[in-house]
Amino acid sequence: MNKELKIFAVVAAFTLALYYGVEPYAHSQMHHHVEGQGLVYDGTADIEEASKEKEEAKKAFWGEVKTIAALKGDVAKGEAAFATCAGCHNDAAGDMGGVIPPALDHAGSLYDRNYLIALIKDPAMAMNTDHKFADTSMHPMGAIKSMMTDNQQIADVVAYLKAKKNGDVSPRDAYVESCGRCHANRYDKWTQVGFIPKTKSNIKTGQDIDNLKFQQEVAVQQGKIADYMGKLPPDLSMISRARSHHFLETFIENPQSQLHGTAMPRVGLSENGMHKVMEYLEFTGDPSKPAREAAGPWVIGFFILFTILAYLWKQSLWRDLH
Amino acid sequence: MARIENAKSIGEWLDQRIAIETLKKVMQTEYWIPKNINFLWAMGMVLAATFGILLVSGIFLLMYYNPSVDLAFDSVNYTIMTEVGYGWLWRHVHGVGASLVFLIIYIHMFTGIYYGSYKKGRELIWLSGMLLFVLFSAEAFSGYMLPWGQMSYWAGMVITNLFSGGSLEAYGLVEWIRGDYVPGQAFLTRFFMLHVLLMPLAIIGGIVFHFGTLRIPHVNNQDSEDFDYAEAAALYKAGKVKESKVIPFSPVFLSKDVFVMGVYFILFFFLVFYKFDFAMDPVNFDPANGLSTPAHIYPEWYFLWSYEILRPFSKDMGLIAFAIAQVIFFTLPFLDRSPNVAPANKRGFLFHMWFWLLLIDVLVLTFMGKLPPTDATFAMIGMVAAYSFFALWILLPIITLIEKKIKE
Amino acid sequence: MSNSRRDFMGMALGGFTALGGIGALYAMKKSWDPLPSVKAAGFTTVDLAGAEENKLVVEKWRGKPIFVLKKPKDAKPNDRDVIIGDDRFHVSIGLCTHLGCIPAYDGAIQKFMCACHGGEFDTAGINLPGLPPPTPLEIPPFKIDGTKLVLGEAGPEYQKMLAAGIVA
Repeated sequence: MNKELKIFAVVAAFTLALYYGVEPYAHSQMHHHVEGQGLVYDGTADIEEASKEKEEAKKAFWGEVKTIAALKGDVAKGEAAFATCAGCHNDAAGDMGGVIPPALDHAGSLYDRNYLIALIKDPAMAMNTDHKFADTSMHPMGAIKSMMTDNQQIADVVAYLKAKKNGDVSPRDAYVESCGRCHANRYDKWTQVGFIPKTKSNIKTGQDIDNLKFQQEVAVQQGKIADYMGKLPPDLSMISRARSHHFLETFIENPQSQLHGTAMPRVGLSENGMHKVMEYLEFTGDPSKPAREAAGPWVIGFFILFTILAYLWKQSLWRDLH
Repeated sequence: MARIENAKSIGEWLDQRIAIETLKKVMQTEYWIPKNINFLWAMGMVLAATFGILLVSGIFLLMYYNPSVDLAFDSVNYTIMTEVGYGWLWRHVHGVGASLVFLIIYIHMFTGIYYGSYKKGRELIWLSGMLLFVLFSAEAFSGYMLPWGQMSYWAGMVITNLFSGGSLEAYGLVEWIRGDYVPGQAFLTRFFMLHVLLMPLAIIGGIVFHFGTLRIPHVNNQDSEDFDYAEAAALYKAGKVKESKVIPFSPVFLSKDVFVMGVYFILFFFLVFYKFDFAMDPVNFDPANGLSTPAHIYPEWYFLWSYEILRPFSKDMGLIAFAIAQVIFFTLPFLDRSPNVAPANKRGFLFHMWFWLLLIDVLVLTFMGKLPPTDATFAMIGMVAAYSFFALWILLPIITLIEKKIKE
Repeated sequence: MSNSRRDFMGMALGGFTALGGIGALYAMKKSWDPLPSVKAAGFTTVDLAGAEENKLVVEKWRGKPIFVLKKPKDAKPNDRDVIIGDDRFHVSIGLCTHLGCIPAYDGAIQKFMCACHGGEFDTAGINLPGLPPPTPLEIPPFKIDGTKLVLGEAGPEYQKMLAAGIVA
C-alpha cells in the first residue's frame, strides 16, 4: 500500500509540474503583467507612456483637469449647459464622423467624475487616442473643445450628470451606453444601430424585407465605424471567455496599456460602471456559469461518495488475497 | 443444432443459445490478471471510460453542432452553451475529457515502458497501443477544428502547411488536403467527417485489437515476472486465493479499476466545473479570422513535445526530425536489445536513467513547445532538449546491448 | 471476508451508480428538449386592423398555414367565429382535415375548396356533409389583444370554444 502511495505521489508530482509549466508559467511568459490604475483617471499612465514630444502637453492637460475638478459645479447651471451636449447626444442621433454619439442617460453612474471633466475638456486626450489626430479638434467630439471653453461650465455640466443622470443602470444598458455604439453583441441581438427588431417574412416570397433593411443599416454603419477606427471593433459576445477579467479591466481603463497604438478609446468607467459592464459581458459570454457552479458540488460530491463505496467494495474483495 | 431443453432461468436460456456462461468465464470470471499490480494497471479501463464519456458527450454535441464556417462557432458557443439544456455540461465534459485522455495515455505509455510491457511476446500490445495513440491524435486534432475559433483556424493552417514538405514545396498536396487554398468550408466538413465517423470507428477497431493482443501474453505485473498461468488459475479455483498469483478480471480486478476510476472522476469533474482553461484555451473563443493571426499560436499541450522538435532545426531537418519523432516510439520493442523483462529500476543503472531522462526530456520539450521561441534562453533549452531526445533513442540499442542479463 | 459483506458492498455501489446514471439520463433528456428560441417562436401575432372583407389571409404559425378570413357581413354567425369589435373573423389551421392538403378559398361562393379530394368547408370552417373531410378545420389556440390576434396563446374566448367542444 505504501508503495502504491509513493507511485501515486510521483505520478501526481509530474502531472502538477506539467500543468504548471504549460499553464501558469507559459501564460506568464506570453503576456506581460499590466498593472491597472485602480480606476483613477488622473493621467498618470498617459504621462508615463507618452513620447518626449507629447509628455509636456499631457502633463498640462491633466493638470488642468485637476484644476477643474477642484471647482464646485452648479447642477441647475449644468442642466442648462447640457443642452449643448443634447444637440448630438439624443435618441435621434445618427452617424457623426464614424460613430453614433452614445446616450448619456446614465452617464453620471457609469463614468468617473475626473474622466467626464477631461472628456469635455479634450475628448481625444481624455480617451488617450490623441496619437491618431494631428489636431485633437478633428476627433468626432472634438468640436466641444471650442463650444465649451469655460472651466466652471464644464464643472457645472459634470455636476449635473453626477446628480441627475445617475440612476440605477442595468448591466445591459451599461453596455449599450458605454460600448454599444462601436461593439455589437450578437448573442444579445445588439448591433451598433440598436437591438435587432422582431420582423416577419412575406409568406408568399419567404423574404423578410424589414430584416434585410435593418441588416443594411447595420452594415452601412459598421462600414463607417471601420473606416474611422481602421478596423471594425469586434463583437464582444464571447470576450469574457476570450480574455481574462484582469485583461478586460485594464484594457477598458487604458487600452494603450495592453494594445499600444490601438484606436480604442479609454472608456472612463467608474467602479459601478465597470462592475455592470463586466456583469453584462459575463452574461453573454458565460451564461451557464451560475448553473455550472451550482451543479459542481453535487457531481463532485457524488463521486467522492462513489469512491468511498468503491473502496469498501474493493477492500471486501481484496482482503483475503494477501 | 444444440439440444434445447426447458431452461430454468434467463441465464440458462441465453446460455443454450449464445453460450453466455462460457463467455462470462472467458471474458470475466476466469480471465486471469496478475495479483501483483498497482493502480497504474487501471489506466487502461480509465481510458476506456474516458473514451466512453467522450462518445456520449459527443453524441449530444453532435445533435446541435453546425459544420458550416458561418455557423459553427455560434452553434457551439451560443446554441450549445446557452440554449441547449445541459449543453454547457457536454461541452465542458468533452473538452476536458479530450485533454485528460492524453494525460492518461501518456501515464499508460510510460508505465508500459517502465515495466517492459512491450517485450517478449507483448510487442503487438505495444504497437497496437501506439497505433491508438496516433488515432487519438488524429481524432483530437480534427475535433479541435470544429468550434472554428482562431486557434482552430490557425492550427489547421500551420499543421496542414507542414505537408508542403519544406523544400519539396508540395503546395498542391496542401491544397488537396484542405480541399481549398486555405482552411475553409471544405476543410471544416471533411475534418467533421473524420472526427465524427471515421476516426471513432478506427479507434473502436483499434481498441478491440488492443484487447485481443493482450489475451495470449497476458497483462504484465509489477515484477515483470513470467509465471505459469494455468498453475496459478488452478490454485485460485481451488480456493487457495492467497497463494495464487492471479485474480479474476471480474469482480476482483474490476473492483480495483472502479475505485481508481472514482478517484479519477473526482479530479475529472473538478476540472470540468472549475478549472478548464487548460483544455479550452481562451484564444479559441475568438471566432476564426483568416485575416488576423493571434499573437501566440500553439497546439494543445499533448502535442507540444512533438511540435517543439520541429523548431530548433532548419526547415527540412525540422520536418524530418518531426516525422522521426512521430514513429520512433513504435520502434521501442526492436531498439531495446536486452533480453531482460523487468521494471526499469531492476534493469541496471543505464536503462533506469534512460527512462527518467526520457520522461524529463519529453516534459521539457512540452514546456518549450508553448513558450515563445523568440526568447534566446527558451530557444537554447528547446534545442538541447530536441537533440537529447534523438540522442536518447540512438543510445537505447547501445545501452540495452551492454545490459547485464538478470539472473533468474 | 464473508460473501454477504462483499455482495452488500457491491450492491450498494451498484445502486449508487444507478442513481448517478439516472442523473445523467435526466441531463440527456433535457438536452433533447426543444430549445427556448424554438418554443418562443411558437407565438405569432397577426394585426387584424386593416383586414379586407371576404379576402383570405394566410399566416404561418409553428410551421403550419393559418387561415384568417374577415367574414362577409351576410355570412351566418357561428360560435366558432372570433369577434373583434363589429367584425367576425374565421381563424383556423389551413390544413384539410381529410389528408392535410391546403384548401383554397373561393370568395364568390364563400367556400373553402380542397383540390386533393374535393373537400369543402363553409366560412366558419365547418366541413360540408357527404365529402371526405370528417371534421371542421381546427381552431388554433389564440388570444385577442385589441385588434391583434396572438396565435399560440389560449385566451378566454378560445377556452370557451374548447370547453364547448367546437375547436375541431
